[in-house]
Amino acid sequence: MTDAALDPGAVRAIDLASDASRARLRRRYRAEARFRAYGIAALAVAGLFLVLLVGDIVIKGLPAFTESRVTLTVTPQLSQVSTDGTTGADALRGGDYAAPLRASLQELFPEVTSRQDRRRLFFEILSGGAGDDLRRRIMADPGLIGRPVTVSALLDDSADMYLKGRLTGRVERTGRGTLAISGATGDVTLDSPGAFRDTLATIKKALRDEAAAIEAAAGRVAQRLEALPVGDPRRATAQAGVDADRSRAAALRARAAAPEAPEVLGTDTPSELVAVNGGIVKLTSIGPSQAQGRVLVPLGTAGTVSEGAWRTITLLQPEGSRRLTDQHIAWLEDMRAEGLVTRHFATRFFTSGDSREPELAGLLGGLVGSLLTMFVTLVLCLPTGVAAAIYLEEFAPKNRITDLIEVNINNLAAVPSIVFGLLGLAVFLNFFGLPRSAPLVGGLVLALLVLPTIIIASRAALKAVPPSIREAALGVGASHQQAVFHHVLPMAMPGILTGTIIGMAHALGETAPLLLIGMVAFIVDTPQSVTQAATALPVQIYLWSDLPEPAFQAKTAGAIIVLLVFLFVMNGLAVVLRRKFERRW
Amino acid sequence: MIALYFVLMAIVAVAAFTVGAARGRRLQAAGLRLHSLPAYHGLFLAALCTVPMMVAIAAWAPLAPRYVESSAIAALPEAARPTTGLERDARLREIVLSAEGRLTGPAAANVEAAGRAYLSAQTTSKTVLIIAGILAALAAFSWGLPRVSADFRARNRFETFTLVVLIACSAVAVLTTLGIVSSVLFETLRFFQRYPWWDFLFGLQWSPQTAIRADQVGASGSFGAVPLFVGTSLIMVIAMLVAGPIGLFSAIYMSEYATPRFRSLAKPLLEVLAGIPTVVFGFFAALTVAPFIRRAGEALGLSVASESALAAGLVMGVMIIPFVSSLSDDVINAVPQSLRDGSYAMGSTKAETIKRVILPAALPGIVSAFMLAISRAVGETMIVVMAAGLAGNLTFNPLEAVTTVTVQIKTLLTGDQEFDSAKTLSAFALGFVLFFFTLTLNVIALRIVRKYREQYD
Repeated sequence: MTDAALDPGAVRAIDLASDASRARLRRRYRAEARFRAYGIAALAVAGLFLVLLVGDIVIKGLPAFTESRVTLTVTPQLSQVSTDGTTGADALRGGDYAAPLRASLQELFPEVTSRQDRRRLFFEILSGGAGDDLRRRIMADPGLIGRPVTVSALLDDSADMYLKGRLTGRVERTGRGTLAISGATGDVTLDSPGAFRDTLATIKKALRDEAAAIEAAAGRVAQRLEALPVGDPRRATAQAGVDADRSRAAALRARAAAPEAPEVLGTDTPSELVAVNGGIVKLTSIGPSQAQGRVLVPLGTAGTVSEGAWRTITLLQPEGSRRLTDQHIAWLEDMRAEGLVTRHFATRFFTSGDSREPELAGLLGGLVGSLLTMFVTLVLCLPTGVAAAIYLEEFAPKNRITDLIEVNINNLAAVPSIVFGLLGLAVFLNFFGLPRSAPLVGGLVLALLVLPTIIIASRAALKAVPPSIREAALGVGASHQQAVFHHVLPMAMPGILTGTIIGMAHALGETAPLLLIGMVAFIVDTPQSVTQAATALPVQIYLWSDLPEPAFQAKTAGAIIVLLVFLFVMNGLAVVLRRKFERRW
Repeated sequence: MIALYFVLMAIVAVAAFTVGAARGRRLQAAGLRLHSLPAYHGLFLAALCTVPMMVAIAAWAPLAPRYVESSAIAALPEAARPTTGLERDARLREIVLSAEGRLTGPAAANVEAAGRAYLSAQTTSKTVLIIAGILAALAAFSWGLPRVSADFRARNRFETFTLVVLIACSAVAVLTTLGIVSSVLFETLRFFQRYPWWDFLFGLQWSPQTAIRADQVGASGSFGAVPLFVGTSLIMVIAMLVAGPIGLFSAIYMSEYATPRFRSLAKPLLEVLAGIPTVVFGFFAALTVAPFIRRAGEALGLSVASESALAAGLVMGVMIIPFVSSLSDDVINAVPQSLRDGSYAMGSTKAETIKRVILPAALPGIVSAFMLAISRAVGETMIVVMAAGLAGNLTFNPLEAVTTVTVQIKTLLTGDQEFDSAKTLSAFALGFVLFFFTLTLNVIALRIVRKYREQYD
């Protein structure tokens, strides 16, 4: 405060009603509104991101929770499923259970004879797990041998992803006009006035787009070419490449410009399948009213079919860049049309361990690993954390050592988690010689990681208990420790538990330190104890996310959903606990 | 067996407690005035008996595996004994598998014998432990039991014991820090014995591939960490460009504008964002954001690496929004209401008050919030492991792939490794840099916050 007298010259009358004032006021209010909008926008961006993240993961992850199976009737022969002709458990365990499934598929598609097609049908449509399921069933009831059994055989991951619509875009249309087919097998001609015009137009458009893309790429190369010095040998080769691209683009444009000219469908264009008379034809060349095709699944009869009795299926992803050929897809379409394909909830996802085959891989190993790790973490860090909090809050004298401990705890809370991994590697693995990849070590490291969280939360809970409680206890003759352990601690317990649950949720999602102590191995078996090699749920997510199969991508997202559900439940529990036991003093 | 030991320890504790308490009660019944309640005599005895058992297992734990392993190796015939450490590990693994009956395929006869020796050595060591534990507990018990008398200050003894346990638990935090410092420090020093530290800190070439055989091309790796520091900073800057404004504006809105109802909706939203594991963000960055940025870049005629720094940085920015916003929220709320009231009294709008009064007043706190967020971003691992690259490109272009300190630590230390190579040790040197960088930031930030709080308290 100063007592300086106001300089009379500095006083300035402001006419609040003047236009300038009004304009200034409007400007200020606009600035106010703008500032406010920034705040809302910031929150909206954060919210939008959260929605996108969760939505993306749910959409990607839902296929992981179901699996596709095909209903087959198999007749397992004793000679196939038993190694020595008896029905002893050992003999049955070693049997070939894929053989009866193969026989059943062969019955379904008797025309498949070539070596390549048989391999595709037997090994790339059905999963290896189908035989294991059958083995389990027959070993439980050997009486099924020799009799027809209806089995629901697991499909391979690519087939499964196709049936879920995740492998390629797929457009199905009912055929317009009548369709005349020249034969039931082999190469056939399909005639239908004007029916293929739309498809042809789509293909022509795709050609135009491709030409444009090639030209754009060539243009970019040509631009960079200018920067090279004249006479550089790279210039000539690059120029030749640009010229070749441009002439390719011109050829594509010429094809696109002729609307009636037939187009050949290859492995780099979308595939067109025609489903008619119980069979499937793949079109190899297409004109406005006539198409050439090759039969993939034999037709019942040739001849003319009426409008609406046939369908076209467009597979947008070109055959060359997807995991299943048109032949695979034709079989799947045929089985689906006959109602043999069913979708089931994938209990396997929760009851089996990791596998190299996406359709067989499950979370059990990761779940159990996480459970064991969390158990170790909880057992170690809850007592230690609470004890440390009690000491610091209730007993510690105010001196330099206490200060040091407090600063330490605050800093530990902000140490990057991967550094704790380094600690685990150097101290627990190399110095103490504890087993690699074991939940015991993971739990130890995570316990140190969440210890600061629990100490801080417990201290806050202890601090929230009013001093009158302590004083009353001391007043009636309790010792200091009796006051704390008999009166203060029980009242702080809900707060401590809430903090512990939040700390455990944090530990459950932690990945980086576990990678360093070796919990990243590919482990099929479910760990039985805390010293066996294991993975944890988030590590399983990391491992799967690295794999190229699209089905593993779905599994990754599915595993994330499971992890998020766990975290949600834990945090929800913490909130409920806080609400129920929170006491205002 | 080990579980048995702990069960035994629990039984000993309960038994000692019962005996001690019963003895106390008997004394009481005899009409004596005890100094401590009978239960404290029990507790004293229980603590007295379990502590030696704890000591026994703590001494046994590091020794037992060495004994078991060496007796297993000793059971192998002279010729089959391993000569190198690596060979020893492989042989041991085989022996353990054979001992546990999990060996696929037939075991060699000598391995099988060694497996049996392994098992019997294990049994011996555990038996020794249990016997030693029981003897120690009995000794402590027979020493302690005669002390239970009317004048014995059992409560004080037990409370001293409790206090020591509490202090020990508090010391764990200090021990952790010491453990971290020593583990990274010693390995780092070993690394600098092989590789000059100035080349590490200022070298421009990062290619940690050391050859397995000496005659291979590029036999010595090059550990110039500048590309990693640049990559880390690049991603951190992108992240802060996202998290800084969004976090700060959210905090301002939440603390100054939002109605309690809106606050109760928006706060959980930020908390949820803070609770999502980083591996989930990493998945999102690698499989959704990175391809999206790549496509968008291509549509604009830019060439974007599929592991661009931009994707990792953006997602990391979103991850640290809650850190910035909750810390800023705290400091903004700590600004005294009188400052606001004064500003309003002068006729300023809310926005003007915030910009000219509250933010300047809260600036030190906001700076420290940003520093903590930066330390978070620098130390974050999973997002960059999944979405950033591996090659140490020295570039400032956010559309290219860069690598970070944490990615390299993870890459160098996972998979098969020998602990002595410069490659492995360099990871610890990186960890050292990371630890001290984040530690410095945290210490400064926390000091600012503390000083600033005192100012207004």
